[in-house]
Amino acid sequence: MTAEPIKLHVKINGSDQAATLDPRTTLLDFLREHLHFSGAKKGCNYGECGACTVHVDGLRVNACMILAAQVDGRQVTTIEGLATKDGLHPVQQAFIDCDGFQCGFCTPGQIMSAVACIAEGHTGSDAEIREWMSGNLCRCSAYPQIVDAVKAAAAKMKLAAA
Amino acid sequence: MNPFSYSRAERADEALQAGADAAVMYLAGGTELLNWMRLGIAAPDRVVDISRLSELNRIETLDQGAMRIGALAKLNDIALHPDVARNYPVLSQAILKAASAQLRNLATIGGNLLQRTRCAYFRAEDTLSCNKRTPGSGCAARQGLNDKHAIFGWTDNCVAVQPSDPAVALAALDAAVVVRGQSGERSIPAREFHTLPVQGPERHNVLQHGELITAIELAAPAKRSAYLKVRERESYEYAIVSAAVTVELNGDRIKTARIALGSVAHRPWRLDEAERRLVGAQVGSADVAAAIDVDIGKARALTHNAHKIVLARNAALRALEECFNAQAQRS
Repeated sequence: MTAEPIKLHVKINGSDQAATLDPRTTLLDFLREHLHFSGAKKGCNYGECGACTVHVDGLRVNACMILAAQVDGRQVTTIEGLATKDGLHPVQQAFIDCDGFQCGFCTPGQIMSAVACIAEGHTGSDAEIREWMSGNLCRCSAYPQIVDAVKAAAAKMKLAAA
Repeated sequence: MNPFSYSRAERADEALQAGADAAVMYLAGGTELLNWMRLGIAAPDRVVDISRLSELNRIETLDQGAMRIGALAKLNDIALHPDVARNYPVLSQAILKAASAQLRNLATIGGNLLQRTRCAYFRAEDTLSCNKRTPGSGCAARQGLNDKHAIFGWTDNCVAVQPSDPAVALAALDAAVVVRGQSGERSIPAREFHTLPVQGPERHNVLQHGELITAIELAAPAKRSAYLKVRERESYEYAIVSAAVTVELNGDRIKTARIALGSVAHRPWRLDEAERRLVGAQVGSADVAAAIDVDIGKARALTHNAHKIVLARNAALRALEECFNAQAQRS
């Protein structure tokens, strides 16, 4: 059978986007293949690795597990939307300062997850950070440095907010 | 993924009407359905998105602390809800040990119960013998790699286990799964929601096609309750075994205990005989383990999973101990 295309309007990193898509298109494929936001990575495409983590209406989600059709009318933030004209997001800077990556493939997902993890308040201890970051796999196993980066960014952001 | 058409339901009755068609599947959180479509486990002609039915996502506290959780409530929202965390710690803990933070932002409690077994033969991209995938084709796991498989309630036709963590907590809590169909609403005890292979190895649960889970109902609070999950990694992994336990104490005697084991059968496995024997038993006495051992003694190992019998026994005992030691919180 052939399926009728779906139409959607979505705000991505603050800009309105309209598209007509095959209903099978996931949010991840929409971002990468149609809009050329290649930051979110396709690691497993089964919701197992977290490399595709983005924010929908402020919540971290796996972009491979959502149909683009489902984000119609929503706001999506990708790694490309984090930095401002003033510079990198504190979490991005912390990953550099703490050496929180090696090959870098999982890093956009790690950073998007970390931004949410800090906003959710799940950075009370190293163990809590590890638990709430466990949905992001790092095959280079930079985990200790990732925990350091999340901790450093959380402290810096708390200070800036005070 | 096969082509499908997509539409969004605005009301539950509209979804029910569409769902009567055998070629329609509902889409809620999507964390299972998308993978089923990728693997060829499901190939609907039409997907009806029910995720925006706001009438089904409320979390309500009722009289006497009972709760009604809309089927579309997200897992994280349920686990972190103050009334759930305070009154049903076993459910909150089970949810927070399920999947990852990202997936729990998508996955719904209704959809979680509908997840299917993680048996590698069932989820295979190639066509393998699996009575769930291709009825009548046999069970490759029966003589194959079955270290993760059932120790209770299996038959030669299927040795799969149901992997949901929340389902185990809901079984221990005697929760009800409220379901709506063309002919009205019915309520299914959570412990009977998933089917055993004797009911037909191709089945996963008792839901009929087109029916919609609308809510989960929790009865009286179970403040002295705990969920223990044993797995190969500390986080983001399915259970080898798990145990959900609720206890009421009368001094140092057990008044009631409810014990459900997870990942040991194709449904959460209640230890009914042990629960009966535990009534009146003294906390810390040898009677506790003796009661558990009566039910554990009925377990049957497969080729590679005898260790799960020991793990299940010890998980039940440890979860009981956690309940004994929990400070009874003030209401």
